[in-house]
Amino acid sequence: MGIRERLSGNEAAAYAMKQINPDVVAAFPITPSTEIPQYFSMYVDNGEVDTEFVPVESEHSAMSACIGAEAAGARAMTATSANGLSLMWEMIYIASSLRLPIVLSLVNRAVSGPLNIHNDHSDAMGVRDAGWIMLFSENNQEAYDNILMAHRIAEHKDVQLPLMVCQDGFITSHSIENIELEDTDKVKAFVGTYKPEHYLLNADEPMAVGPLDLQAFLFEHKKQQAEAMRNAKRVVKEVSEDFERTFGRHYEFFERYYMDDAELVVVAMNSTAGTAKAAINELRSQGIRAGLIKVRMFRPFPAEEIAEALKNASAIAVLDKSDSLNGCGGALYEDVVSAMFTSNIHVPTVNYVYGIGGRDTTTDHIKTVFTDLRMIADTKDIGNPYRYLGLREE
Amino acid sequence: MTEDTINKNTPWQKLPIGGNIYTSGNAEEFKTGDWRSTTPVYIPEKCKQCGLCLPVCPENAIPCDANGNRGEFNLDTCKGCGVCAKVCPFQAIEMK
Amino acid sequence: MSNLIEIRWHGRGGQGAKTASLLLADAAFNTGKYIQGFPEYGPERMGAPITAYNRISDEPITIHSNIYDPDYVVVVDDTLLDAVDVTAGLKESGAIIINTTQDAEFLKSKLNGYNGAIYKIDARKISVETLGKYFPNTPMLAAVVKVSQIMSDEAFLEDMIGSFKHKFAKKPEVIDGNMAALRMALEQVEKVN
Repeated sequence: MGIRERLSGNEAAAYAMKQINPDVVAAFPITPSTEIPQYFSMYVDNGEVDTEFVPVESEHSAMSACIGAEAAGARAMTATSANGLSLMWEMIYIASSLRLPIVLSLVNRAVSGPLNIHNDHSDAMGVRDAGWIMLFSENNQEAYDNILMAHRIAEHKDVQLPLMVCQDGFITSHSIENIELEDTDKVKAFVGTYKPEHYLLNADEPMAVGPLDLQAFLFEHKKQQAEAMRNAKRVVKEVSEDFERTFGRHYEFFERYYMDDAELVVVAMNSTAGTAKAAINELRSQGIRAGLIKVRMFRPFPAEEIAEALKNASAIAVLDKSDSLNGCGGALYEDVVSAMFTSNIHVPTVNYVYGIGGRDTTTDHIKTVFTDLRMIADTKDIGNPYRYLGLREE
Repeated sequence: MTEDTINKNTPWQKLPIGGNIYTSGNAEEFKTGDWRSTTPVYIPEKCKQCGLCLPVCPENAIPCDANGNRGEFNLDTCKGCGVCAKVCPFQAIEMK
Repeated sequence: MSNLIEIRWHGRGGQGAKTASLLLADAAFNTGKYIQGFPEYGPERMGAPITAYNRISDEPITIHSNIYDPDYVVVVDDTLLDAVDVTAGLKESGAIIINTTQDAEFLKSKLNGYNGAIYKIDARKISVETLGKYFPNTPMLAAVVKVSQIMSDEAFLEDMIGSFKHKFAKKPEVIDGNMAALRMALEQVEKVN
């Protein structure tokens, strides 16, 4: 049993970082993730960590400093949101291609413009193909737990990829909620120390990082990244199982909520999954066989497992908190649908783009989705598969 | 090149990750001499051993001894760019 | 979740409504509850209307949306009665608690026909008497605890003295005044209808 506390999502992320005590944290403040480096710099000032804190002048520099630190052989962490991630973008790809297991707290926020500081997932979806492991968190507890697991996954010799832990800006980052924290000694023992095989500050093995990589080699190096991402699936599973043995909380690639006999299924990520659970509780009390798949591990995408979990549904709605603006559907929807198609599973599936720019999503919204799903299941008619939830329309 | 040096036939499973190179000074193994279309000729009688040609050579193809005196070009790596001839104040290098 | 209590705070930037909602969450947490305390962030300016929320329950809370049908509404500044629809969605089985010196007739006229319980408290007077300054959030916090019965007065006061000792570690001289403000508010909050 952990230590009963109440923290905001940002406090939980900063507290996890304090317990991990990484070698380097380089960050630049941006709403709504500002509090993470703010609290962490307090820990540095108080001497509660011996981390080298680098208050850089931009997010591009933050990620660059993390890359330098990690290549040197240090364990590096950072945090950002939205346009901060946009400014990091060039270095996001460098970090993953150089196989540096940096851990980033991404507090999800709409990427401008027009200017908006509130939550959606457009920042995360912008880097979904950048070669980072991406874990999503329903609440402060999951943000904390995912960060405790992050280094073990990212630094594993068969993975060596950077990892971002996502949580919803303001909705969980600024909401005080109950949380179970773990004893710092136990956390340190679980996370372990970082012992890279090759690193720049090893005087016994001079090495070059990031050399020219032209036609004869880049393709093979990308294949290695792809393979590492496939390996990450196994490692996420192993680390999550060890986490459960150590701390008692259970994590999989995705959570199944009332899925044993679910007929109508919603697929969602982050805080909306919690709201969907509350809606499903109401619907279940009315005898409606509603269920939820909450995707925790978005990259690597657990395609076969999700397809298998959805095969007995009568109708499915995938909720995307980012509009891919591609004329045919959001990123999570496309991944879910192609996963099912590849596994030869054909269940009527629709997409809802929702919650853009912090538009509040309530249990009533989720219930209207289940009402739509009832009709789709009964009529077998999908109608328009690319829908909006909570949008003002004529 | 040694037998286990990576090359354009190395499969992805055998390449170091991220393009990392785990040895130092191995640029020497890359022979750029066959890029050369014109060849520098060293004229020792005109050379004052001023040393200006040494740092400008992009391929480190001009050896020098412990006293800083240069010797004959290393034609395994000289790619014939002619920068040394251009920089020499004494016309002690001619491109042919 | 029949035991779920939802509270909505209306205040103006700088009056401490967000802090009060977090203190309430803290106090309820310390009596063993599951809690949420969160502000609705908008343009953060001194004087701008702001909203903050609490959920308090005996069971884990998974819902992550704003609160539209609160059990209780707390109005930290009665000038908001003209600016904001403070009773929107407020359950008639619940109550609204207003910091005001106005009488019942005036308050009723401002509440869009709300038929539930209306409580008032002069948080300005209490604050000035006990703290020498206008910090309405401390008396309002006590008033909502009293009206909602989320916890007993004793448990609340015991918890708050601990919070204040922590919060005001560097200026302990204000702890007594804040505790006096809470006690006075517990006594003076009154039902007007």
